[in-house]
Amino acid sequence: MASRNPTNPNHASSSQPANSRETNPQPRILLRKPKYNRFTQQELPGCRPFLTPQWIITIFMLVGVIFIPIGVGALLASRSVVEIVHRYETECIPEIHRINKLAYIQNDSISKDCSKVLKVQKHMKAPIYIYYQLDHFYQNHRRYVKSRSNEQLLYGLRDNSTKSSCGPETNSNGVPIVPCGLIAWSLFNDTYKFSLFEDIELHVNKTNIAWKSDREHKFGKKVYPFNFQNGSLIGGAKLDPSVPLSDQEDLIVWMRISALPTFRKLYGRIEVDLEADDYITVEIQNNYNTYSFGGKKSLVLSTTSWLGGKNDTLGKAYVVTGILCILLAVVFFLSHIIMPSRFDPKNISGHKYDTVDQ
Amino acid sequence: MISDNPFLISSPPHTNSSSGSYDCVFPNVNATSRLSSQIRSSSYIGSGPHEMQYLKDNDNSSIGWDSYSNSSPNNKFQLPGSEFFPFRSKGETEEQGVAFSADNMYPPNTSVVNSLETHNCVSTFEISNTLDSPLAQKAENMRRQADSSKGQGLRVLELEHSATDGENQNDRLIYINDPKLTNDKYEFTGNEIRTSKYTVITFLPKNLFVQFHRLAYIYFLVIAALNQLPQLAVFGRTVSLFPLLFVLCVTAIKDGYEDWRRHRSDKKENNREVQVLQGLLYSSKKWKNVRVGEVLKIHANETIPCDIVLLETSDPSGIAYVQTINLDGESNLKTRYARQETAVKRPEREPPSGLIRCEQPNRNIYGFIANMKIDDQTIPLGPSNIVLRGCQLKNTAWIVGVVVYAGQETKAMLNSSGAPSKRSRLEGHMNRETIWLSVFLFIMCAVVAFGMLMWLVKHKEELDTSPFYRKIIFTYENRGGEKYNYYGVGMEVLISFLSSVIVFQIMIPISLYISMELVRLGQSYFMIGDQEMYDSNSNSRFQCRSLNINEDLGQIRYIFSDKTGTLTENKMEFYNASICGVNYCNAKSTVECLVQETSSKNEERENIAEILDGQVLKPKMKVKVDVELVQLLSKSLSLHERKVAHEYFLTLAACNTVVPTIIEMPSPGNHERNAANLSYEDSRSIDYQGESPDEQALVAAAAAYGYTLIERTSGYIVINVLGERQRLDVLGLHEFDSVRKRMSVIVRCPDNTVKVLVKGADSSILNIIAKTSSGSEAAPLNDLIRNTESHLTEYSSQGLRTLVVAAKNLNEEELKRWQCCYEEASTSLTERAGMLRGAASLIECNLNLLGATGIEDKLQDGVPDAIESLRQAGIKVWVLTGDKQETAISIALSCKLLNGSMQQIIIKGTSTEACRHLLAEAKTTYGITRNEKQKNLSKRQKSVDIDEGEGIHGRRVPGMEEGHSPLALVIDGTSLVYILESDLEQELFDLATSCKVVLCCRVAPLQKAGIVDLIKSRTNDMTLAIGDGANDVSMIQMADVGVGISGQEGRQAVMASDFAMGQFKFLKRLLLVHGHWNYQRVGYLVLYNFYRNAVFVLMLFWYILYTAYSTTSSLTDWSSVFYSVIYTSLPTIVAGVLDKDLDQKTLLRYPKLYGAGHRQESYNPKLFWLTMTDTLWQSLVLFYVPLLSYKQSTIDIWSIGSLWTISVVVLVNVHLAMDIQCWAFFTHAATWGSIVVTYACLVILDSIPVFPNYWTIFRLAMSVPYWLNILLITCLALLPRFVVKAMTQRFWPSDIQIAREAEILKRDSDN
Repeated sequence: MASRNPTNPNHASSSQPANSRETNPQPRILLRKPKYNRFTQQELPGCRPFLTPQWIITIFMLVGVIFIPIGVGALLASRSVVEIVHRYETECIPEIHRINKLAYIQNDSISKDCSKVLKVQKHMKAPIYIYYQLDHFYQNHRRYVKSRSNEQLLYGLRDNSTKSSCGPETNSNGVPIVPCGLIAWSLFNDTYKFSLFEDIELHVNKTNIAWKSDREHKFGKKVYPFNFQNGSLIGGAKLDPSVPLSDQEDLIVWMRISALPTFRKLYGRIEVDLEADDYITVEIQNNYNTYSFGGKKSLVLSTTSWLGGKNDTLGKAYVVTGILCILLAVVFFLSHIIMPSRFDPKNISGHKYDTVDQ
Repeated sequence: MISDNPFLISSPPHTNSSSGSYDCVFPNVNATSRLSSQIRSSSYIGSGPHEMQYLKDNDNSSIGWDSYSNSSPNNKFQLPGSEFFPFRSKGETEEQGVAFSADNMYPPNTSVVNSLETHNCVSTFEISNTLDSPLAQKAENMRRQADSSKGQGLRVLELEHSATDGENQNDRLIYINDPKLTNDKYEFTGNEIRTSKYTVITFLPKNLFVQFHRLAYIYFLVIAALNQLPQLAVFGRTVSLFPLLFVLCVTAIKDGYEDWRRHRSDKKENNREVQVLQGLLYSSKKWKNVRVGEVLKIHANETIPCDIVLLETSDPSGIAYVQTINLDGESNLKTRYARQETAVKRPEREPPSGLIRCEQPNRNIYGFIANMKIDDQTIPLGPSNIVLRGCQLKNTAWIVGVVVYAGQETKAMLNSSGAPSKRSRLEGHMNRETIWLSVFLFIMCAVVAFGMLMWLVKHKEELDTSPFYRKIIFTYENRGGEKYNYYGVGMEVLISFLSSVIVFQIMIPISLYISMELVRLGQSYFMIGDQEMYDSNSNSRFQCRSLNINEDLGQIRYIFSDKTGTLTENKMEFYNASICGVNYCNAKSTVECLVQETSSKNEERENIAEILDGQVLKPKMKVKVDVELVQLLSKSLSLHERKVAHEYFLTLAACNTVVPTIIEMPSPGNHERNAANLSYEDSRSIDYQGESPDEQALVAAAAAYGYTLIERTSGYIVINVLGERQRLDVLGLHEFDSVRKRMSVIVRCPDNTVKVLVKGADSSILNIIAKTSSGSEAAPLNDLIRNTESHLTEYSSQGLRTLVVAAKNLNEEELKRWQCCYEEASTSLTERAGMLRGAASLIECNLNLLGATGIEDKLQDGVPDAIESLRQAGIKVWVLTGDKQETAISIALSCKLLNGSMQQIIIKGTSTEACRHLLAEAKTTYGITRNEKQKNLSKRQKSVDIDEGEGIHGRRVPGMEEGHSPLALVIDGTSLVYILESDLEQELFDLATSCKVVLCCRVAPLQKAGIVDLIKSRTNDMTLAIGDGANDVSMIQMADVGVGISGQEGRQAVMASDFAMGQFKFLKRLLLVHGHWNYQRVGYLVLYNFYRNAVFVLMLFWYILYTAYSTTSSLTDWSSVFYSVIYTSLPTIVAGVLDKDLDQKTLLRYPKLYGAGHRQESYNPKLFWLTMTDTLWQSLVLFYVPLLSYKQSTIDIWSIGSLWTISVVVLVNVHLAMDIQCWAFFTHAATWGSIVVTYACLVILDSIPVFPNYWTIFRLAMSVPYWLNILLITCLALLPRFVVKAMTQRFWPSDIQIAREAEILKRDSDN
C-alpha cells in the first residue's frame, strides 16, 4: 500500500537545517542509511567453537597424552639428580655454647671453624654445585627488598639522589657506604673448604656463579666497596675494597634476592666427579648469624639435570593432571556411549509455543 | 463582519470526535502528586505541556475575543478589560506585576477555572494551528477537567508553584531597532550559541570535576594519595598514579572529542548569515553577532536565527507560515502573525521603534507573553506573534521581526537538554558485587594486618638486629637506638593494612569502568550502524541517546506502548464510506481507478481537476476511491442517493478546519499520466494543513471524489465540486467540544439554501438525527439508521475510526433564531461556552443522516509480527492509549495483540467502589490470587513463565481454573484515576499481571507514567516504554528504558528517550538481537573483569603470606600497573563488543531465547560466586605450582615474579579464549596479541639495567621448567572450569547452548 499522506516524509527529512546539533552534525539531507559491511552488520566470518562430545574427549585425551610423558620425563630427571644436604647451624656450635648460640656467634674471639664429613651416596657427575641454604630468612621482606640502590651498584657514589632507599644502612659515621643497604650489609659469610678423604683438596670454582648479565650490566666495573661494614654492627661478610663490585660474585649472588624465605644460593662448583661412598670433609667457617632469628643453615651439594635441581613436584603434577584428563576422557566417552542424547532446538523452552500458537 | 477578520481562518483545536477521544479525567492530587513531582524533577518536559496549555488557552481566548469583539478598527486589537488582561484597565505601575500574575501563568484557582469556562468555546483561533494533536488533546483535557473541576487541586498546586517563578522576575525590555539601548540596560546574551561544555581553558578543571563524580575514581584517587606517603609507598610513587591517569585521560579524550565536534557545529551555526536592519538598509550579519533588539529580515526557506517578534511580513495581513520541525517535529506549517499596528509601517522607510516588554526566557515553546508599546499604544503579544529559532520560513516571501531572545536564551536552546541519565540494572547488580569484592579486599587486608601483628609480637626480640628487618639504625654511634621506619606495633599494623589496600587495590576493577564504557560505545556503534534498523521513510538511523543502559535491552519484560504514531502510523486514510445506508468499501488505488475511469467516463475525469490560471490543482495526498461511488457521483443530482452523496462529500470538504495551501510541486506520477488527457504542463498540488490527521484524511478523500477544498477563509469556503467552483459562505461554526462530540458548520450554498453540516461521534449524532421523517419515508429511514449502525460496528471491528455525517437545511426562521443566539453568545463576556452550546443545540437537531466514514489508522509496517515475536520472547506488551476503548480494542485486534479466543475483562468504573467491585469480580471469576511478594523474583518469574508457556496451550495454569482462555484486561482512564489513587493499586496489579494483554484506553500522559510506575515499583522486572509524542514523555522517562519513535508527532519523545528509532518493528530486532547480545556481552564482561582482577590480587595475597606479611610484591611495579590496563584489557573489550553467542537469524527465529535475559543467565549472584570459587582455585594453582616447583631452589624474586606475570596473563587470556564464542580476526589479534604484548613489555622492562629485574626474562626463557610451569598452570587452573563447561554442555544445556548447537552443527553440515 502506497503511503498517502499530506506530510510527505521526504519533505520532513529534507528540511533539517544545520540546527540539528543534538545528534547529527551533518545535514540530514544525506541518505543516512548505514553502509553494508560485514563488520558493521556484525556478520564477520568467524570460527565458532562448539564443545561437541568428540571435541571434549579429544581435548582431554590430548592433554593426557602430552602431560604424562612430560611428567614421567620430569620425574626421571628429578630422580637422576644426586643431592647431599647437610644442615649445620646447630652442629657446628660446640656443645658448651649451644645454650647461648647468639653469644657464641657474636663473639669474634672464638674460632668458628667446624669440620664435617659427608658421604656420597651415589655417583655425582661434575659439575657438582655447592649451595648454601637458609631457612626463615625473609630476603623477600619489604623492608629488606627496598633497602638497596641499584643506581649505586652500577654507578657508585656518582648518583647521590637514591641513597635514601638504602636505609638503615646508608651512611656509616657520616660517610656513605658502598654498597649500601641492608641486603649488602647482611651478606652471607660462611665459607666452605672441601677435601676428598681428608687429604685431596677439592677445588671450588667460585667464578661465574652469578648471572652474566648481573656481572656485566648491573654491578659497576669501576665501583669499589667503600666504607663497607664499618659500623658498630657487622651484618655479614666484608668485601675486598680493591675488587670492583662486578667481580664480587658472592655479593652479586646474594643481591639477587630470593623469592621465598627458604632459599639456596650458589656458592661454587666442584668440577670433578664424585664416586659413590666417597667421603668428603668440609671445613665450615660458621660465621653467619642466623641464630638471632632462628634461621637454619644447610650445605647442599647437588648435580643438575635439564630440569634443574631435585624437585619432584613438577613431574608429579604433570603425571597426575595427565591421568586425570585421561580419566575424564574415558568418563565422557562412556557417557557418550551410554547416553548419546542430543538436544534438539525444538526443546528450547518456548519454541513449541509458537508452533501451537499459530 | 466576522468574515473580515483574518484571525478566523484557522481551526479550533479539536473538531472531530475520534481524535477528541482523549477525554480522560486527570487523577486527583493524591494519586499523582507523587508522580508528577518525580517527573518534574527529572525534566521540564514532563510537566511542561500542561502548563503551556494554560497559557495558550488564556492567550488564545484573548485573541478569540478580539475577533468576536468586532467593534471599531481602533478597538480591534485591544483587549476587553477583564480581570485577566488588565493592561488597559490598570495603571502603568500596576501593570507589570499584575500582568504577570495574570497572563504569565497562574491566577488563583477559581479565576482560572472561570476564565476557562468563560472562554471555552471561542478559544484558540490562530494558535490552534500550531497545536499538535496530543497537545491539543491535552488542552481539551485541561478544559474539561476545569469544567468538571475535578483535578483542580492538582492543577492549582502546579500552577501556584510556577506562579512564584513568574512573579519574582523582572521582565525584559527590548527597544525595537535599538540594540544599544536594549543591551545597555540588561545583560542579554548575544546570539552566539555554545552547546559545547568546555573551552580550551576550562576543559581540564571542569572535565576533572565531572569525572570525579564517580565514586570509583575517588577511591583510586585516595589509593594514589595513600601511596604518596613514604611509609606506604608499595609501588613507585609515579607508577601508582598511572592507572588513574590512564582512565582519566581516556575519558577526557573521549569528552574532548565530543566537545570538539560540538564546537565545530556551533561554529558552523554561528557563522551563518542573516539580514539585519542597519540604518535604513538591511545588510548581512553573522548569526553570532545578532543582538537582542535588532531588526531582522528573513526570506523564504531560511532558518530563523533567534526568537523574533514579527513586525511585518510579505503578506498584507501579516501572516507568515513557519515550519517547526526542528522544534517540535511537526511537519505541517504553522501560521504566525505580525500585529497590524506594526505591519503597516515599512521599516525601510521609517525605522521601527517601540518597546517590547516580555517575560524572562523560558523553555515553553508554546507560550510567549509580552506587550509592545508602539505609538503610545500597548499591544499584547502572544505565542502567535513570535517565531522561534530553528524554525523555517515557508510560503512567505519575507518577514521582518525584532530579536527578543538570542543565543542561549532562545526557547530552542533552552529546550535542548538531553534525557535524564539512567543506570542499567546490570550495573546496579555489579555494584552489589563490588561491595562483596570490597569485603574480600577488607578481609585480605585484615589478614595481612593481623599476620603482621602476630609476626611482630612473635619476633619482638629479634627485630633490632635481624638482618632482614633491622629496626635500629646503628650507623651513628651517638644516635644508636634510633628506630628506622618503625612506629610501634599498632602503627606498623595500620601501615601494613593500608599498604595491603594499595597492593590489592585492583580488586575493585577500575579498568572495568572504562572497559564498560568502551564496550557500550562499540555496541552503540553497531546498533546505530545496523541496516535493519534504518528507516527509509524518515531517513533516520537508530539513535543511542543514552550510553549507559545498552544491556538493559536484553532483560525487558514489560513494554508499554503508545498507540498512535507508535503502533500505527498516525497517517489516517479514508477507507470506507457508508452513504445512505450503502457501504462503499471496495476502494482501489487512485491510479487504477483513474485508468478505469478515463476509459469509461472521460469527460468527467477532466472535470475533477480544477483549472486555475491554466494550471492543474491536485491534492497532494492520494486516496483510494471506490469505483461504484465514483459512478454514483456521476449521476444526476435528482437522484436521492446522489443528493445524499453530494451533501456527504460537501460535509467532508467543508465541515473541518483544514487550510489548503497550494504548493508548487508537480507530482511526477500524476503528471505523466495526466499529460495525455490534460494538456497542461505543470500541475500544482494542494497540501492540506490541519492539526488533526483525521480531518486531513477526510478532506483528501472528498477531493479524491471530486469535492476539492480550494480555499478557506473565515468568511467563505471555496470548493470545487466536480469541476464547478462553488463558494459557500460560512455563517457560523461550532467547534468540536467534548460535551457535544461533534462539529457543525453553517453555510450558505450558491443556490442560497442554508445548510448545517455536521460530523461527529456516532453516539452523539445518532441521538439527534430525525427519527421520524415526513410520512412515507419512515420505513426507509429506519433501515438507513439500522444499516448505518451496522456499518459502524463493522468498521470499528476492522479497527477503523468512525464518524457519522449528517446535515439538514435551515429555513429562514431557524436561521434567524440561531443567528441571533449565536451572535449574542459570541459577544457575551460570561458563560460564552454554555451559550454557544445552546446556540448549537438549536440547529443540531433533527438532522438527516447522510452516512458514516471509516478512517483507517494504518498500522505501521511489521507491527503484528513484532508484537507476536516479543510476546513469544516472554515480554508483555501493554498498550496505553488516549483513544477510546473501541478503537483501542480494534487496533489491538488488528495488531494481533488480542485475538478472539481471549477472555476480555473490561474495567470501566465511575467510582472507586465500582472499580473495587469490578476488580474483585474479575479476580474471583478467573481465580486470580494475590501475588504477595512480587519482589521475590525468581519464584515469581517461574510462575509467570509457566503461565506464558503453558497457559497458551490451555493445559495447566496455576492460579486459574481449568479451561479458561488467556485473559485480556481492558481498562479505561477514568477507572485508572480511581484505582491509582486508592488502595486498589495492588488489586489492579494482580489482575494485570495475570493477564496476557493489557489495554489502557483514554489515559492521560501522567497516568501512563503511573502505570509504568505500578509495575516498576512492584516488580523487579525491566520496563520499556515506547512512544512518539509529547504525551509519552512522562512514561518514557519513568520506564527503565525509554524508546522514542522519531515519527511525526515531534521530537519531544525522542529528546526524552534513551534510544530513538524510526519504527515500532525495530523493537523486535533491538531487543531480540541487540538486546540479547549486549546483555550477554556486558554480563560476561563484568564477571570476567571481576575474575581477572581477583585472580591477580589473590595471587599477590598468597605471596604476601610468604613474605612475613610485609606486602612485598614479586611483580615489578610496572607489571602490576600494566596488568589490568595493557596486558589484559583489550581482549575483554574486543570480546565485549564483537563476541556473539548466536547468530541474529537464530535469535529472531527463536524469540524464546530472549528469556535468558529474563532469567539473568549472564549475570547473577550464583554466577558471581561460582566465578569467585573458580578464581580461588585458579589463583591457588597459579601461586602454588611455581612455589612448589621452585621450592628450595635458587629462584629469585624477580624471576618468579616474571613467571607469575606471564602465567596470570596467559591464564586469564586462555580463560577468555575458552569462553569466546565467535572467533573473528580481531578476537584472535586481541587475545593472542595481548600475550605477545605482555612478553614485549617484559622484554623491554628487563632490558633496562637500572631495574633490579634486569635480564630476568631472557634467562628464564632458556630454562625448561619455566615453560613447563606456564603450561601446567594454564591447564590445571582451567581444568575444573572446562569440566563444568563440558558437563553443562552435555547434560544440562541452556536454551542458548541448544540453539547454538543447532546453529553451528547445521551450518557445518550445510557447508
